[in-house]
Amino acid sequence: MSGIPHDHYEPKTSIEKWLHRRLPVVSIVYDTLMIPTPKNLNWMWIWGIVLTFSLVHQIVTGIVLAMHYTPHVDLAFASVEHIMRNVNSGWALRYLHQNGASLFFLAAYFHIFRSIYYGSYKAPREITWIIGIFIFLAMMGTAFMGYVLPWGQMSFWAATVISGLFGAIPGIGESIQTWLLGGPAVDNATLNRFFSLHYLLPFVIAGLVVVHIWAFHTTGNNNPTGIEVRRTSKEEAKKDTVPFWPYFVIKDFFALAVILVVFFAIVGFMPNYLGHPDNYIEANPLVTPEHIVPEWYFLPFYAILRAFTSDVWVVQLVSFVTGGIIDAKFFGVMAMFGSIMVLVLLPWLDTSIIRSGKYRPMFKWWFMLLVIDFIVLTWAGSRPAEGIYSIIALAGSTYWFMFFIVVLPLLGILESPSRKPVSIEEDFNQHYPEMDPETPETEPTKE
Amino acid sequence: MRRILLVSGLIGLLFGVSNVYAAGPSGHIEDISFSYEGPFGTFEPEQLQRGLVVYQEVCAACHGLKYVPFRTLGDKGGLDLSEAAVKTFASNFEIYDEELEDFRSALPTDNFPANDSVGAPDLSLITKARSGFHGPEGTGLAQLFKGIGGPEYVYSLLTGYTGKEKEETGNLLYENTAFSGGYINMAPPLVDDLIEFADGTPSTVEGMAEDVTAFLVWAAEPKMMARKQMGFISVSLLILLSVLLYLTNKKIWAPIKHRTRTED
Repeated sequence: MSGIPHDHYEPKTSIEKWLHRRLPVVSIVYDTLMIPTPKNLNWMWIWGIVLTFSLVHQIVTGIVLAMHYTPHVDLAFASVEHIMRNVNSGWALRYLHQNGASLFFLAAYFHIFRSIYYGSYKAPREITWIIGIFIFLAMMGTAFMGYVLPWGQMSFWAATVISGLFGAIPGIGESIQTWLLGGPAVDNATLNRFFSLHYLLPFVIAGLVVVHIWAFHTTGNNNPTGIEVRRTSKEEAKKDTVPFWPYFVIKDFFALAVILVVFFAIVGFMPNYLGHPDNYIEANPLVTPEHIVPEWYFLPFYAILRAFTSDVWVVQLVSFVTGGIIDAKFFGVMAMFGSIMVLVLLPWLDTSIIRSGKYRPMFKWWFMLLVIDFIVLTWAGSRPAEGIYSIIALAGSTYWFMFFIVVLPLLGILESPSRKPVSIEEDFNQHYPEMDPETPETEPTKE
Repeated sequence: MRRILLVSGLIGLLFGVSNVYAAGPSGHIEDISFSYEGPFGTFEPEQLQRGLVVYQEVCAACHGLKYVPFRTLGDKGGLDLSEAAVKTFASNFEIYDEELEDFRSALPTDNFPANDSVGAPDLSLITKARSGFHGPEGTGLAQLFKGIGGPEYVYSLLTGYTGKEKEETGNLLYENTAFSGGYINMAPPLVDDLIEFADGTPSTVEGMAEDVTAFLVWAAEPKMMARKQMGFISVSLLILLSVLLYLTNKKIWAPIKHRTRTED
């Protein structure tokens, strides 16, 4: 599969040869596991395994939960309590699944920001990147619909608010909203279809993940230097790489185990910390909660949604130019979806010929500001949309778009890159120099 | 740069991964240290049993507990009542049986009855459905150290009456320092010496409030002990696994990272 030359699977016994002629499944597994991987990958390259684990974990716990859950407005809330109280270890499954969503998104955000910093989206890895964004979108849909299923107050009102976004589309919005909800308001039909889709989408994600992995196994991994593996010969490629198994599998498992220590501590000792108390109150269409807030992983986008109010001049301008068709509400909706769609265009917005941010002295600072911006937006999304919080959310949203649409294209022209190593081997040897045979006890310099 | 990523990530964790939801101007919340708090805290069966008495004699007049089955009163790590005691307790209740199409006395397999008589909220999940501590500024750091504060809210509400009353649209409202808005519909439910406990515990407002709160925490989270046990076991095993994987990783990478110069 890989463009990097390496040893392929050779069937040896007659059984292996028999199978290989008919179905080369062993060969696929072997080549996937033994793929040459740049040996200088750092700890930011472990999030892939955390994400894979999260997906499998959510599917496994979710399938068992679905055996005990009842998607009906009169029974859903009680069936979750039934899981928590009567099903053997149901409480564990439910808390694992609920907090597993947070682990999933945390890993996804690290993974995405790692890709941005090290230029993993750049040619020839655009397809890997774009599929990754589609996976992220599917994750958001899945998580949102999953949150509605317990049928608590926040479930109900989140569904009402988010489906209302579609209602903001001029002209056809209301019909779309009704079509999505299966009626004029969030009700039993909505709950049923959300349950159905919440069960379906993870398998769509799993399919996309296979394509995601296939794509980057074709181009080879990026690495902290952004320099490609030399691939003129097998010998040369071997100087830059080690096989995925066992070197990176064990490293990734180690990182996963450490992260799971924290995860299980949260599930065991503070499982409701990330949740919202209001969701332990059964949904009531007649009582609106004081503040409707999404789960933490949606907050940055929620902040962008609410940032563009009708007193912002850009909104007023757009509203004036379109003759009022695009009002503040629709503008906010477009901004929220735009903030993710801009990521799809990222490979073409970045004009720099240097891949890794490590060798881009100006990019580094703008990137760091983007990370801080994301954190600030997360926080701003949790605050009421008023006063100073609105101003912060608007500034944060503006920078989010500025970074991708203005800063990145300009940096490629303005910036002069710093010196980068010639090969992955050189970079690796800088961290781990060869030792002299006479003084083997010398400690190697670590990064 | 990797470090910057990591550090900013950790900051993100602190901000992002937090209970960020401010819930309006809530009143004064007393931080009580209950026996079940912390990773190793456990319920005190005697306290829960006293709390059950308070619930039954006071709260149950207006509130229900519809998600809690009677049989769980006998669960280890909870109230730990004997099988006979559970049976007797359940038999005091009359419930409507849809199959018999008639009322019958309740069995341990039945739930506590719901109670909508005056529109008071069901108490099965009340300690998880309220929060006592917020912020600061939506960061959730306070909850990280003090907990979400649902139980503290319930306690503070029960002990927060000032004695002042006012009438509003025909309803008598009672001033309460914990309730958001300052005035609550519920009359002060507890007074000193309201209940005579079998174990001779003096019945003070504070004592009864603490007991019934602990009982309601149990009612909302009956599997808490099993959960902490799972947390403890899984965290220990994962730490062990991490150490083993760390050593394995170090060993397999050693020949790649620490090479000796060869003559070539």
